[in-house]
Amino acid sequence: MLRQMRPTLVYALLGIVFMFAAPHVLQLFTIINLTTAIALAILALSLALIWGYGGILCFGQVAFFGLGAYVYTISAINIGGSTWAILIAVLLTSAFAAALGYFIFFGRVSDVYLGVITLTVTLIFFSLIRRTSGPEYKIGKALLGGFNGVSSPPINLPWDARTFLFPEQVFYVAMAALILCYVFVGWLVNTKFGRVCVSIRENELRSELLGYDVRLYKLGIFTIGAGIAAVGGVMFCNGVGRITPDVFNLYNAALTIIWVIVGGRGTLIGPIGATFALFYLTSALGGQSVLNNNLVLGVILIVFVLLVPKGVAPTVIDWVNRRRRKRPVRSRRRRRGRAEDAR
Amino acid sequence: MDLVVAVLFQLIYVIANLALISLGLAIIFGMMRVINLAHGEFLMLGGYTVVVATNMGINIWVSMLILAPLVVGIIGVIVERLLIRWLYGRMVDTLLATWGLSLLLVGIVTSIFGASTATTVSPPLGAVRIGAYSASGYELFLILITIALLVAVWLTLRYTKLGLLARGTMQNAEMASSLGVSTSRIYMITFGLGAAVSGLAGGLLAPMTGVLPTIGATYIAKAFITVISGGASILAGTTVGSILLGGINGIFSFIAGSTFGEIALLLAAIILLRLMPRGITGRFFRKSL
Repeated sequence: MLRQMRPTLVYALLGIVFMFAAPHVLQLFTIINLTTAIALAILALSLALIWGYGGILCFGQVAFFGLGAYVYTISAINIGGSTWAILIAVLLTSAFAAALGYFIFFGRVSDVYLGVITLTVTLIFFSLIRRTSGPEYKIGKALLGGFNGVSSPPINLPWDARTFLFPEQVFYVAMAALILCYVFVGWLVNTKFGRVCVSIRENELRSELLGYDVRLYKLGIFTIGAGIAAVGGVMFCNGVGRITPDVFNLYNAALTIIWVIVGGRGTLIGPIGATFALFYLTSALGGQSVLNNNLVLGVILIVFVLLVPKGVAPTVIDWVNRRRRKRPVRSRRRRRGRAEDAR
Repeated sequence: MDLVVAVLFQLIYVIANLALISLGLAIIFGMMRVINLAHGEFLMLGGYTVVVATNMGINIWVSMLILAPLVVGIIGVIVERLLIRWLYGRMVDTLLATWGLSLLLVGIVTSIFGASTATTVSPPLGAVRIGAYSASGYELFLILITIALLVAVWLTLRYTKLGLLARGTMQNAEMASSLGVSTSRIYMITFGLGAAVSGLAGGLLAPMTGVLPTIGATYIAKAFITVISGGASILAGTTVGSILLGGINGIFSFIAGSTFGEIALLLAAIILLRLMPRGITGRFFRKSL
């Protein structure tokens, strides 16, 4: 186990170094931006888990991300502190995902239909919350605010609601959350549970005939993925300072898929890296008006599906392995589009 | 009495609207098992074709009924040749590639026409009186043309040689190709026709909704859900799916407002798919077209 997790731990260590070095080197504005990117990377990580390892193509991972953010914001306003709010956000989102997943997996809904259902749920949230402008739409003390969203109270020290964290400190929290989630997922995919999930991804029928309850495993990994997405959501609304229904729109749903496809299914560090790369690409594109954001992302998605279907990280890993061994690697014989489970 | 007729008219319009925006997607999905996520953008391109053509002084009927399907059909064929044909049999990859295409088309149109509505076209027909109430004549026209379109697709599939070859390819592509049918050509034509129907729908709806580069997003979810709920049969699926979901949408819109109508539609689709994972025509009307 430890041997298999070595690359994960190495990346985690690099992450820790970055976490402590960055605030000394970078400006505050960059740090705040980076917090948002980190939150999105957690979202990418959650999809990398359930799609890359569980084989569940969820189009609506942003639904759990956004739900987590909304639940956090609303309960933090009502409770007046962030400690319980974070817990409630993660648990409630997981519970929602479990209920939805029960519908999906125990109904034996297949790939494409699953994508449609999860996308539908996302769009339900989008149109539902968009409508909630006006004083009559509130949960406890929190006004939902429709299109404009709600401003999120910042994270405070555990059980000390008066000591708010400054943006710089939120960066530490977000980075720590990302590293913890990354190590957790890296550990999870190497446990027995994770290995069964991978076997279900490779061949559902065979796994079932070997005696595993496929529905239960899928439900499990789906729920865990949703919980991680909720953590991302909590960090996101802290980084941005508010949460709006726009997180649920089609563009963001597509973006999440693009991160994982570009980074590579079957790896964890790939999608995280792709998130940072594309986040800075889109911000750079926002500064000029020649090339439209949609256009660039569309081209990236098409090019990757057609030409680099495995994604960047598995392609690089394959290449390195081939260089090292000077002979064709075994993984090439495996099914197309599945990356070697190196990490 | 008049109220009942007026409400019923609205309900039928909602159903016809749903059928109209879904039909192009259903043709492509039913024939080729390709889920085209750029469907909404095909509708959007149809709308832009109409707006541009009428601004250039072309008669609105010509631009809606002839130019919009023609232009979008040609775009569809190009897309099939360049993109889709590399991905047959890889459903998930097609889904992702067409999603990329959808973003790309939104990007291109935004770059050319800008992010907001160019010029709107007003609906060309006046009002129709139903007793004490009046309804839009253009809505009546849309209902009629949707029915005509469904009949035309049915006639094409049932009675023409192309329809026969297409149905054969749909049932068993390998068998059809060993009998000398060029399945690749059939796929190209089908995709083009599906795109043309989408273009027509988009053109027809342009006067009702206006055109925006991102308007596809409002169509795609509904069309997608109708087709998947309907199941694999092109016509029966679209019709039954539209009647059921459109009916639910219409009734709930009438009771609680349009947003709740949409939400009821989406919830109904989720429950339906839980009960019938292969769609309605996966369980009933299996032999239908």
